[in-house]
Amino acid sequence: MQMFHNSTSTVLIAVLKRDLVIGLRHRSELFNPLVFFFIVVTMFVLALGPYETTLRQVAPAVIWVAALLASTLSLDMMFHSDLDDGSLEQFLLSPHPLIIIVVAKILAHWLLTAAPLIVAALFLGLMVYLPQTAIMPLLLTLLLGTPVLSLVGAVLAALTVGLRGSGILLTLLILPLYIPVLIFSVATVDNAAKGLAITGELYFLGAILVLAATLAPLATTSSLRIRLG
Amino acid sequence: MFEYFYKYGSPRHFYDLSKMFVPWLGGICLILLIAGLTGGLVLAPPDYQQGEGFRIIYVHVPSAWMSLFIYMVMATAGATGLIWKVKVADALARASAPLGASFTFLALVTGSLWGKPMWGTWWVWDARLTSELILLFLYLGYMALQTAIDDRRTAARAGAILALVGVVNIPIIHYSVEWWHTLHQGPTITKLDAPSIHISMLVPLLIMALAFMFYYAAVVLLRARYEILENERNSAWVCELIEQRRG
Amino acid sequence: MSSLQSFLHMGGYAFYVWSAYGLSFIVLVLNVVLPLKREQQFFRALIKRKERVSKNK
Repeated sequence: MQMFHNSTSTVLIAVLKRDLVIGLRHRSELFNPLVFFFIVVTMFVLALGPYETTLRQVAPAVIWVAALLASTLSLDMMFHSDLDDGSLEQFLLSPHPLIIIVVAKILAHWLLTAAPLIVAALFLGLMVYLPQTAIMPLLLTLLLGTPVLSLVGAVLAALTVGLRGSGILLTLLILPLYIPVLIFSVATVDNAAKGLAITGELYFLGAILVLAATLAPLATTSSLRIRLG
Repeated sequence: MFEYFYKYGSPRHFYDLSKMFVPWLGGICLILLIAGLTGGLVLAPPDYQQGEGFRIIYVHVPSAWMSLFIYMVMATAGATGLIWKVKVADALARASAPLGASFTFLALVTGSLWGKPMWGTWWVWDARLTSELILLFLYLGYMALQTAIDDRRTAARAGAILALVGVVNIPIIHYSVEWWHTLHQGPTITKLDAPSIHISMLVPLLIMALAFMFYYAAVVLLRARYEILENERNSAWVCELIEQRRG
Repeated sequence: MSSLQSFLHMGGYAFYVWSAYGLSFIVLVLNVVLPLKREQQFFRALIKRKERVSKNK
């Protein structure tokens, strides 16, 4: 009965809570992207050699590409389990606006996958000899960039949900769309490491985030309706 | 007005009408191709810096233009199919993708063939080639999504969303790649353009671009005819068509 | 004759110029031929199916 007088904010919080609880119960899903993130960076270091000057140069690129891949990997699961247990159809049929549910799911995805990555990046930055002055900018770019990954990723995760081989297809579709985030983020960290100004690049990242935040939830809802409707 | 639109926008009428249009469009394309090729390969003087090598411009640049143009058409057709449920638009969008990918591929390969004698390497991460490469990824992604979804109606609508997401992204990607290029610019290299292009070089270029445009119009109709047959595989008029073919 | 030869020679860029044009030609022609062929196959398959159905009746 209580369901009927739920306002949008309570729906948002309910779905967010549900996703967070599910995510925290499945520890592996939470930790796997994180472990993947560390392994990819380690692989790069092993391939390049432990030379401080080389690593310092490529550090922003390596950390960002690894973060990109780690958050892409977890995208496939965004709607997958909901499709399997039928709750996705419940969401579509529910009287609450689908967009609220979608926003909650995107937020939950970001909190579960990207937020740990940002904390991990702090340590990884030190491990690959990123200059002290670039650490904060790195975290800032991750803070601005990873929500874009979750937002744009949600659209494509909705488009590919339940398809065979959806994992690789999703990766293929999404990586080209991440290019602007990658370019501006790495340039920001690079500039910070060289002691140059970074506000211009950060504004661009912010603008991309605002654009993604306004359009992606809408596109995600219509994608879900198309795929399941 | 709408009745008219729906009557001639129906798949069946499109199938009949397009048969009339294709030879005309194809014929115009051939005439323009002959004119453009004579102008570009024979009449235009060799470039004072690049010699005869610059003549690759007449396929490279129109291909690059077409690759972007077709993506826009694809997205527009997809949106039309999505919003107004025009079946023909869905078929046109799906038929455009392989053509766009072909032109993107040609822009890349001819750019590489042009770059080798001019730059000394087969590949340079210059802004245009890099953007074309990313555009190729977008086309291939669209086509992969189309084949992954079995239901053709759903595939068309999902493809439309993807194309629209791409359209929003392309300017941002393009801008960021340009910016990235200037950021990492090494020793200055000549851009893949005829420097201060002369009118006798420019006219064939425009004719070739027009020829490619007509080629696209003709072939997209041809391809859309096949897509429509597949979409309408079980409809009455396709069955009639098969009866006629059986004789 | 020599003008034709020099035309084909393309001032030493023959390989690059002609392979660019040749490849473009091939790709453009394939884009016409393949859908036509597929349309034919489509009709052939459906006609076959229809004949099978009418035979079974």
